[in-house]
Amino acid sequence: MIPAAVGYVRADSAGAAVAALAEHGGDAKVLAGGQSLIPLMKLRLATPGMLVDVGGVEELRGINVDGDTVSIGAMTNHSALEHSSELAAACPLLAHVASLVGDPAVRHRGTIGGSLAHADPASDLPAAVLALGCTLVADGPGGSREIAVTDFFTGFLESALQPDELLTEVRVPVATGPWAYEKFNRRAQDWAIVGVAVAEGGAGVSLVNMGATPIRAAGVEEAIASGASTEDAAAAAAEGCDPPTDNNADPEFRAHLARVLTKRALEAAAG
Amino acid sequence: MTDTATNPFTGGVVGQRRVRKEDPALLTGEAKFIDDLHLPGALWVACVRSPHAHARISAIDTSAALTTDGVVTVYTGDDLTGDWAAPLPCAWPVTEDMKNPAHLPVAVGKANYAGDIVAVVVAESRYAAADGLEGVVVDYEPLDAVVTMEAARSDNVVIHDDLGTNVSYVWELTPDPDGLAAAFDEAAHHITETYLQQRLIPAAMEPRGVAAVPAPHNGDITLYSSTQIPHILKVMAAITLGLPEQKVRVVAPSVGGGFGSKLDVYAEEIICMALANRHGVPVRWTESRTEAAGSTIQGRGQIQTMELAADAEGRLKAVRATLVADMGAYLQLVTPGVPLLGAFLYHGLYDVPLYSFTCTGVFTNLTPTDAYRGAGRPEATYAIERAMDALAEAVGVGPDEIRSRNYIPADKFPYDSPAGLVFDSGNYQPTLDRAKELVDWDSLRTEQAQRRASGSKLHLGLGISSYVEMCGLAPSRTLAALNYSAGGWESATVRILPTCKVQVVTGATPHGQGHETCWSMIVADRLGVDPDDVEVLHSDTAITPLGMDTYGSRSLSVGGTALWMATEKVVGKATGIAAHMLEANPEDLEFSGGVFSVKGSPGSEVPLAGVAFGAFTAHDLPDGVEPNLEAQVTWDPTNFTFPFGTHIAVVEVDEDTGSVRLVDYGAVDDCGNQINPMIVEGQIHGGIVQGVAQALWEDAVYDDEGQLRSANLADYLVPSAAECIDMKLESTVTPSPTNPMGVKGIGEAGTIASTPAVINAVVDALRPLGVTDVAMPASPMNVRQAITAAEGGAS
Repeated sequence: MIPAAVGYVRADSAGAAVAALAEHGGDAKVLAGGQSLIPLMKLRLATPGMLVDVGGVEELRGINVDGDTVSIGAMTNHSALEHSSELAAACPLLAHVASLVGDPAVRHRGTIGGSLAHADPASDLPAAVLALGCTLVADGPGGSREIAVTDFFTGFLESALQPDELLTEVRVPVATGPWAYEKFNRRAQDWAIVGVAVAEGGAGVSLVNMGATPIRAAGVEEAIASGASTEDAAAAAAEGCDPPTDNNADPEFRAHLARVLTKRALEAAAG
Repeated sequence: MTDTATNPFTGGVVGQRRVRKEDPALLTGEAKFIDDLHLPGALWVACVRSPHAHARISAIDTSAALTTDGVVTVYTGDDLTGDWAAPLPCAWPVTEDMKNPAHLPVAVGKANYAGDIVAVVVAESRYAAADGLEGVVVDYEPLDAVVTMEAARSDNVVIHDDLGTNVSYVWELTPDPDGLAAAFDEAAHHITETYLQQRLIPAAMEPRGVAAVPAPHNGDITLYSSTQIPHILKVMAAITLGLPEQKVRVVAPSVGGGFGSKLDVYAEEIICMALANRHGVPVRWTESRTEAAGSTIQGRGQIQTMELAADAEGRLKAVRATLVADMGAYLQLVTPGVPLLGAFLYHGLYDVPLYSFTCTGVFTNLTPTDAYRGAGRPEATYAIERAMDALAEAVGVGPDEIRSRNYIPADKFPYDSPAGLVFDSGNYQPTLDRAKELVDWDSLRTEQAQRRASGSKLHLGLGISSYVEMCGLAPSRTLAALNYSAGGWESATVRILPTCKVQVVTGATPHGQGHETCWSMIVADRLGVDPDDVEVLHSDTAITPLGMDTYGSRSLSVGGTALWMATEKVVGKATGIAAHMLEANPEDLEFSGGVFSVKGSPGSEVPLAGVAFGAFTAHDLPDGVEPNLEAQVTWDPTNFTFPFGTHIAVVEVDEDTGSVRLVDYGAVDDCGNQINPMIVEGQIHGGIVQGVAQALWEDAVYDDEGQLRSANLADYLVPSAAECIDMKLESTVTPSPTNPMGVKGIGEAGTIASTPAVINAVVDALRPLGVTDVAMPASPMNVRQAITAAEGGAS
C-alpha cells in the first residue's frame, strides 16, 4: 500500500494539462479525482512517472443544458451530478446512476471524466452513458476531437483516448423517456456484480460488468423495438457476453443475473 | 430489571448509561496509535513475503535492494537464525503428542504459506523499505499446496517434512462411550449434519504495527505494539529472543480493535526487537491492509459433523460433534486450543446426558488460524443451533418448541454439564419468549404463509439461535487440565491519592471495549467519588507489571473482580484509619457516599478525602498501619461464567437473485449484572453485525494454489453501516454466583448468537423449495446454487 515515487504537476487549464501530457509522453497519467488511479498506485499495479493533476481545473467543471444536449465538464464530480436539479430534469438516469457510485466520499472526489477514462466495465457511469448514447470530447496536441461513446470503450480499462489526450467534456442527449437502473451488489458501496441501465424506454440498454467493457445489450434493444414482451426481451440480455469470474459470481450466475435484472429494469422503466 | 438481592452496587453510578471517557480522544484523533508515534532516527522494516503457498527457497539475491536509495540492509532467514533463542511460541500444546513445526520469524529454506516472511528489508523510510522489496529476488521452487482440510488429512503432500504428517493432534472428550453408543442405537431420531465454517479475516480497523525502541544504554528495550496482550507478549518476547525479561517493557498504545487477531506473538514483533538491538536505533513496521489479510491470523476454518440422538418427542439423549480444524501453516499462540474453547459447548444450552467431542487439527498451506471473536464458541453454537432446526424438522415441531423441550431447566442450576463443566446460573426460556415478542413472531409466521400461498418469490424466513457461552477465561487449574501454559488470573490496584483522586491499575488491556469507563464506574460506585476523578492505567508493563490481558470476554468477570476486591481492601484500610480519627471501633462505622460515619451517632463522620489525606501525611495513623491508601489484588476465578440468550433473525430472500436482506432482528441477552448498559448494547450491536457478516458476507477465499482471493476490503466484504438494521435489544439479568459483582461477560455474545440465527432464517425461508442447507456466506450465488440444487433433487 506504499506507492512508488512519482512526479506531480498541477494543471490550471485544459491546455496546460495537454501540454504537460505532451511534455512527459507515455510516462504521464492524468489524475482526476484519484478514486481509481491512487488505489492502483498504492498497490503498485500502476507506476506512472508523472501525474498531471486536472482536479482543480475550473473550466472542466459544470453541467449545462442547451437544447437537446447536456454538456458536462469532465471534472464534474458524481455528487454534483447526483444533486443537479437541471440534470435530474434533463437526464434523470444519469443523475440517479451517479447517486449509486461508491460511497459519499467517493462521490465527492470521483469525476465523470475520470470514471469514463478509466473505462472500468464494473463502473456505473460508463454503462449509463453508453445506454444514453453520448459524445465525448478529447483535447490533444492536434486540437479537439469528438468520439462517439460506442467507439470509446475499447477493452478492459482501455479507451479510445490517446496517452496525450485529455477527456474534457461529455455531451449527453436530453433523455426524459422511461428509464431505470438496476444495480446488484452485496454492499452499498461496492461495484455492481451486474448492472443494467435502460434509457428511453429500452431504446438504449446497457450492461455493467458483463464483459471486458460496458456492453450495449443489442438483443434486448432489438426485441423491445420489435415489440417483444419485457420477459422475452430480457431473455436476450446475456447474449454475446463474456462475463468475468470473481468471488461474487461466475459467468453462469452473471448471465442469470443479467436476465433477471434486465427484466426488472424494463419493468421499472415502464412504471 | 436488576434483582437488588443479588446486585451489590449501591452507589448509583453502576447501571448508568454513561458515555465513554475514552471517546473524545479517539473521535478527535488525539489518541496515539502505533503509526502515530514520532520516533526520530527509526529504521523501517518491510517484509519480503512468499508469493507461493508452498515453495522451497533456492536462492535469495538481495543485491538490487542493497543499492536502492534509502535501503540500509536486507536480512534473509539464514542471516537471522542466530537471533532467535526459540521459535515463535505456541502456548497451548493441547495433547502430549501434539505436532508443532518450528516457526521461525523469517523462514529458512521453505515457505509454507503465501505471506510467510522470507527476508526483511531495513530502510530509512517506509517508502524506501517498500522500494527495496522490489529489489529482493527470491528463487522459488514451487511445491504442491495443501489448501483444503481434506487434502491435509490425506497426507498426499506433507507440509512439514520432519513431522511426517499434516495432523497436528487429535483431541477427544467422550466421558461415557458405551452410553453414547447405546443412546444413538436407541434414538428415535438420529440427525447427522455437516457444516463448513469458512475462514474469516479479523479486519480490525487498525492493522498491526510495531516499534521496538532500544534504550541508549543498559540493554533495556521497549516494544510498542498494537497488541491485546502486552503482558503475555513481554514474557514470550524475552523467551523467543533470549533477553532478560526484566529488560523488556511492552506498551500497547491506543489499539484500534483486535477481535482476537492481536492476541498473538507475531514474527514482526520479534523481528523488530532483534533488529533494534542489532542496529541500536528504533526499528518499526506498520502493516498494510493487504498484508493484514494474509499475514495476521485468520479465524474459524472447520468442518463440523454434528450428530444428535433424540427420542420421538425430540428430547435430546446424546450429542456427538466431530471436527476437523484448519491450523494453517503453523501453530500461533493459541491456534490448537481455539476449537477446544468450543469443545464443551456443542450441546448448547440443552439438557443432554451424553456427549462426545473430537477434534482433529490439521496443517494446511494457508495463513495460520487463531482466536477470532468467540474463538470456538461461535462454531459450537452454529453447529448445535443448525442441528436443532434439523431436529425440529424431523420431529415435526417448530424451532421454538424444539428448544423449549430441551433447555436446561432453570431449577437445575448450577448445572453439571455432560462435558464436565458447571454452568453457574441460567434461565433460558424467558429469553426465547421475549425475543419472539420483539420480532412479533406469530404475525411473521402468518405473513410468511401468506407470501408462500401467493406464490411470491420474496420469501420470508425466521431463524432462532439460543446460546450459552463460557466467559471469564479462566480458572488457572482448569487451564492446567487443558495443558495451557499460563494462568487465568487478573490483577488490579486501587490507589487513592492525597487529594482523593483515584488511580486504578489494571492488567486487563483494552483495545476498544471501554475498560476505563467501566472500571471508573465500579470504583466510583463504591468510593462515592466522581467517575471522572478515577484514572485507569493500563497497557504498559512498566506501569502495570501484572496482567493477563484481554480476550475471551474475561476483563470484567476476572479483572473487574480483582478491581472490586482491591477496592474493598482499600475501603477496609480506610475504615481502620477513619475509626481511629473518629475514636470509634471500625465495626461501628459505615461507609456510604464517600463518607465514613459512626452508626447511630449523627455528625460523627469523616469524608474519604480526609482519610486519604490523613493516610498520606501519616501524622496520626493507628499503630502498625502503613501510610497511604493502596491495595493490589490478583484474582483467580473459581469457574467460568455462562452468559446466554436468544436471538431471532428475520430475512427476506429473493428467489430470483439469491439476495438475502435482513429485515428485523431481536435479541435478548443475559450477561448478569451490567456495569454500563450502553456499553453492553454496543458490544451486542457490533457482535451481531460481525456474526451476520460471517453468515452473509465475509469469506477468506483461497484458490487451488493457496492464493488469497479476498485480500482487500473490496473483495473481503466487511459490512458497513448501510448494511445494518435497527436491532431490537433487551436483556434479562441472572447474576453469576461465581464472582461478587454477579457479572458474566458480553464481548463475544453477539457474534456467537447471530450467525446461526441468520442461516436458520435463510433456510427457513427456502424450505418450501426443498433447501435444507446454504453454504456460508449465504451470498447470492451460494443461495442460488442451493435453490438450483434443491430443484434438481426434487425433479
